[in-house]
Amino acid sequence: MSAQTVDQVFVLTKAWLMGHVPAAFQPIASAVLSVVPVLLVFPLLFAITTVLERKGLGRMQNRYGPNRVGPYGFLQPMADGIKSLTKEDIIPRSADAVVHFLAPLLLVLASFLAYAVLPIGRNMVITDLNSGVLFFFAIGSMIELAVFMAGWSSRSKYSLLGAMRAVAQMISYEIPLVLSAIVVIMAAGTLSTVAIVNMQAVYTHWLPHWFVFTPWGFCGFILFMIAATAESNRSPFDLPEGESEIIAGYYIEYSGFKFALFFLGEYLGMFATSGLAITLFLGGWSSPFSFLTWIPSYIWFFGKLLAFIAAFIWVRGTFPRLRMDQLMGLAWKFMLPMTLLNVFDVGIWHLMPHGILRWIVCTAFLILPAYLLSRTLNRKQKLQVRTYRYAD
Amino acid sequence: MGLRNLIHCVLALTLGFVGLAMLYLELGAQFVGFTQILVYVGAVAILSVFAIMMTRSAGPNAEPALSASWISGLVVAGATFAVLAWAIISSNITTAASDQPEVSVKAIGNALMHNYAVPLEIMGLLLTAALIGAVIVAMPQEKAQ
Repeated sequence: MSAQTVDQVFVLTKAWLMGHVPAAFQPIASAVLSVVPVLLVFPLLFAITTVLERKGLGRMQNRYGPNRVGPYGFLQPMADGIKSLTKEDIIPRSADAVVHFLAPLLLVLASFLAYAVLPIGRNMVITDLNSGVLFFFAIGSMIELAVFMAGWSSRSKYSLLGAMRAVAQMISYEIPLVLSAIVVIMAAGTLSTVAIVNMQAVYTHWLPHWFVFTPWGFCGFILFMIAATAESNRSPFDLPEGESEIIAGYYIEYSGFKFALFFLGEYLGMFATSGLAITLFLGGWSSPFSFLTWIPSYIWFFGKLLAFIAAFIWVRGTFPRLRMDQLMGLAWKFMLPMTLLNVFDVGIWHLMPHGILRWIVCTAFLILPAYLLSRTLNRKQKLQVRTYRYAD
Repeated sequence: MGLRNLIHCVLALTLGFVGLAMLYLELGAQFVGFTQILVYVGAVAILSVFAIMMTRSAGPNAEPALSASWISGLVVAGATFAVLAWAIISSNITTAASDQPEVSVKAIGNALMHNYAVPLEIMGLLLTAALIGAVIVAMPQEKAQ
C-alpha cells in the first residue's frame, strides 16, 4: 500500500461502502457514514482524556491518580461510565423538570454539531460549508443558552450563581475568541475551514505556510487559546465551577448520567475549540515539515489535538484560579485591545512588501502595545463594594 | 401567550429564532442564517433572560395566562392572516423560479465594503454611540448621591 492509500483509507472505505447502497438511500447513508465515526471517536477521546488528566494532575500534585481498574488504571473511564449510568437520576422537587432535562441534551448536541466543519484529515470533513468558521461560532453560542438553562432550571442559588458566572464569562471571552480568529479569515480570504487548511498545507523549502509562523498569527494563536480556555470553563478560568465557593456551579443539581453528559459536553467543546485552533493557525492536518508528508493526515491532526490536551492539563495543574474582577479585566482591558490591534496588524502585513522590514514593523506593532497594556493591568487598583442601580 | 413563566417564553422565542434561521438556511442564505443564530440565540436571548432575571422575580406569577382581551386579539390575528392569505392567493406568482443566485460570503463582504461602505460605517458609529450611552446611564452618579 502506498502512503497515498494509507492517508485516504477512511475516505476509500466510505466510497467502497457507498457502492453497496441503493441510490435512493445514498444521501442518508453518506451522512450516517460521516457522522458515526465522529460520534465514536471523540467520546472515546473524552474517556482517554479523563484518565490522562487525572493521572497527569496526580503526578503534578505528588500522588498516584487512578491506578486500580485495569493496567495502570486505564480502564477507569469504564468504571466511571457504569457508575454514572447506574446512579439514580435525581431531579429536585422545585426544579423545572422539562428545562432541567433539556439543558444537558442541548449542551451535548451543540458540542457535537461543531465537529461538522472540522477537517480531521485530507478530504475528511463532514461538510465543507461556505461559511464554516461562522457556523462554528454560531453553534458555540448555543452552549451559553444550555448553561443558563441548566443553572436556572435547578432552582438553587448555587447553580444560578454558577450559571451567571459562566454566561458572563463566556459572553466576555467570545468577543476576543472571534476577533482573534478574524485575522486568519482576513489573510485567507475565506470562511471555509477546508480552504483555510489547504492554504496552509503548502511548503517553501521544507517549512510549511502555517499562519502561526507570522507575527499576527502567533499573537492571534496565543489570544485564541486564552479565550478558548475561558470559553470551555477550564482552569485557570474555572470560576463557574469554583468548588470552594459555589460547590460545583451550574450542574450541582444534576446526578447520574446527566452529570456525565455535562462533562462530556465540556470536554467535547474543549476538543472542538482546540480543533478549530489547529485548523486556523497550525495547518490542520498538514505535517510540520515537507519530508514528513508520508505520515497520514489524520495522525497529524490527532497528534496535534493530543498535544493541545496535554497543554490544557499542564495549565490546569500549574495556574491558580483567577478572581472575577481579574477575569473581566483581562478580557476587556487586555484581550480586546490586543485582538483589535492584531486585526490592524494583519492589514499592515498584507499591504507591506515582502521582506525583513515587514517582520520588524509587524512584530514591534504587537509587542509594544502588549507591554504597555500589561503594565496598566498590573497597576494597583482600589476596589470598592459594587452598587447596582438597576439590578437590585 | 399560553406560557406563564417569562423564562419559558424567552426559551420559546429562542426556538422561534432558530426556526427563522433554519428558514434562511433552507433558502440557501448561509451567511444570514448563521448570523441569525449567532446574534439572536447567542446574544439577544441571553440578554433577555438576564434582563428578566435581574429586574423581576423569575418565578411563576399569579396572573392568568390569558389576558382579558384575548377575544379581540384572536380577531385581529385572524383578520391579519385572512388579508395576507387573500393577498397571496390572489396574486399570480410565476411558479418557475429564476435561477437561485449564488451568493457567497465573499460577495456579501464585497458589497458591504464597496457599495454600502458609508451606511455600514454610519451604523457602526450609531451602535458605538448607543453602547457609550448605555454605559453612561448605568454608571453610578456620585454627585447625585
